[in-house]
Amino acid sequence: MKILVAVKQVAALDEDFEIRGDGRDVDPDFLIRDLNEWDDFSLEEAVKIKEAAAEPVEVMVVSVGTDEVDESLRKCLAKGADRAIRVWDAAVEGSDSIAIARVLAAVAQREAPDMLFAGVQSSDQSFASTGIAAAALLGWPHAAVVSKLTYAPGASSAVFRRELEGGLLQEVEIQCPAVLTIQLGINTPRYASLRSIKQAASKPIEVLSLADVALSEADVGEAGSLSRVRRMYVPDKGRAQLIEGDAAQQAARLAEIIREFKGARA
Amino acid sequence: MSGILVIAEQRRGELRPISLELLGAAASLRRDGDEVAVAILSDSPERFVKSLSVGGADEIVTVKVAAPEFDPDTFESAVGALIAKRNPDLVLVGHSVDSFGYAAALAARLGLGFATDVFNAERIDGELVATRGGYGQKVNVEVDFPGRSTVLLAIRGNVYKAPDQAATPRVTTFDAPPADNRAKGREFIELSAGDDVDMTAAEFILTIGRGIGEEAKVPQFRELADAVGATLGCSRPIADAGWLPKSRQVGQSGKTASACKLYIAMGVSGAIQHLAGMKHVATIVAVNTDAEASIFSVAKYGIVGDIFEIADELRKLF
Repeated sequence: MKILVAVKQVAALDEDFEIRGDGRDVDPDFLIRDLNEWDDFSLEEAVKIKEAAAEPVEVMVVSVGTDEVDESLRKCLAKGADRAIRVWDAAVEGSDSIAIARVLAAVAQREAPDMLFAGVQSSDQSFASTGIAAAALLGWPHAAVVSKLTYAPGASSAVFRRELEGGLLQEVEIQCPAVLTIQLGINTPRYASLRSIKQAASKPIEVLSLADVALSEADVGEAGSLSRVRRMYVPDKGRAQLIEGDAAQQAARLAEIIREFKGARA
Repeated sequence: MSGILVIAEQRRGELRPISLELLGAAASLRRDGDEVAVAILSDSPERFVKSLSVGGADEIVTVKVAAPEFDPDTFESAVGALIAKRNPDLVLVGHSVDSFGYAAALAARLGLGFATDVFNAERIDGELVATRGGYGQKVNVEVDFPGRSTVLLAIRGNVYKAPDQAATPRVTTFDAPPADNRAKGREFIELSAGDDVDMTAAEFILTIGRGIGEEAKVPQFRELADAVGATLGCSRPIADAGWLPKSRQVGQSGKTASACKLYIAMGVSGAIQHLAGMKHVATIVAVNTDAEASIFSVAKYGIVGDIFEIADELRKLF
């Protein structure tokens, strides 16, 4: 039994970032990288299923990126993943979420897991599309925004709750293998222990080329994408009127706003 | 190849507001000669015809499907068949939980130009350009779709205005091919109350976010909310951690704080889903130590400072 978890190393912006010379991305020197918040939850869900299963289950993480991504993959290994795969080729540069999905689907084809998890979205680009696109390319059943899951590895179906807008949930039964995108709050991700961090440091990360997963350069990058970044820029944002002064003065003005509101309502 | 196809959304017998907003978006993108068709998928699609009869739609396509509620396979196969039959150059769906479940699959399978969470779309020199946020909404990203004859855009909610005049578009039917529903919806579940608060009715909400740091700080904010006469709410991480019941979560996936007029957000940085769920509020006051927090871009008033100090000072005044 095997659960494949697709993870992404996301990038946050440094306070004083600069746009790259070609105007189409941020200069990478100003990016702070970390494991996507959603992926912490999908990994935990897979590890929980493994721990509750009667039969052995392998939890495998996969990511697409340069060796910078190894740091996040090691974090996953420290939190309970058994194996890690990283796929990279220079041709992947410039890929949109669909081209990345093509790589993930190819890895799933190779590994034949019983289930593929991905985060609902990434905290940096928020496409909310990679996992579901991978499902389509695999021809697998799929569902998005799963906030509760009941699944025994190897079972022919799973039952989950989909988190809808406005505090509504829907219970759904799905055929397996399937692709599920996992929502924040589905579980409480564990912290890695010092011992497991140490152990993870020596675990191998399997690095695959496009050819290893039966893809060509035309499947990825701009050629394999459904969109192309034309321009990236810092928008003129609406700005709150700042309440100045020390804490007491600021609180006094806030109290005034509250009293005005209550007065207007009375 | 021409025309705009809008995919409406319904849930439990009600048309979702994004459906009409998409018609507003279509109106801004149509060129001379473009027809705008809006498709509604349901087991009884006719009942939505009246609410879809607004300016901006030339045609309402009723698509009768077996499943009464959204399921990804039904939507993928029916919308895919509609696209194949009509060849629109633009397809608009909402950037919603339902479309998260099928839009990317459809785009990947049919090779459609594709972008999600789009808050602006326009034609520049005849080419469609969509704008979305990047790096946690800190930058704007313009994308285009070279070589794609049909483009599918998932449009952010609460951005485009729904057309406000009634109209009488022609009504047609479309026979959707039968779908193999591999994911079957069983039932809807309302978020369990947890406590007896009704966030949807609250006019004044004081919300705490990640900035409070630890569960032990919750009671002092509960006490503060009581003292100032506010309903205590929270952002997603607080509810997920179990520090407050889910029923107190506000934002897009939490309860819709539709009656809220004054909103004080303490230690809430403002994830996009949170901001989208609260930006209708007339007066938002954000208190945050981080002057760059996204919440300051939607707030009317901002206090850059320590939330505990402000809370203590505010408490003294009530």
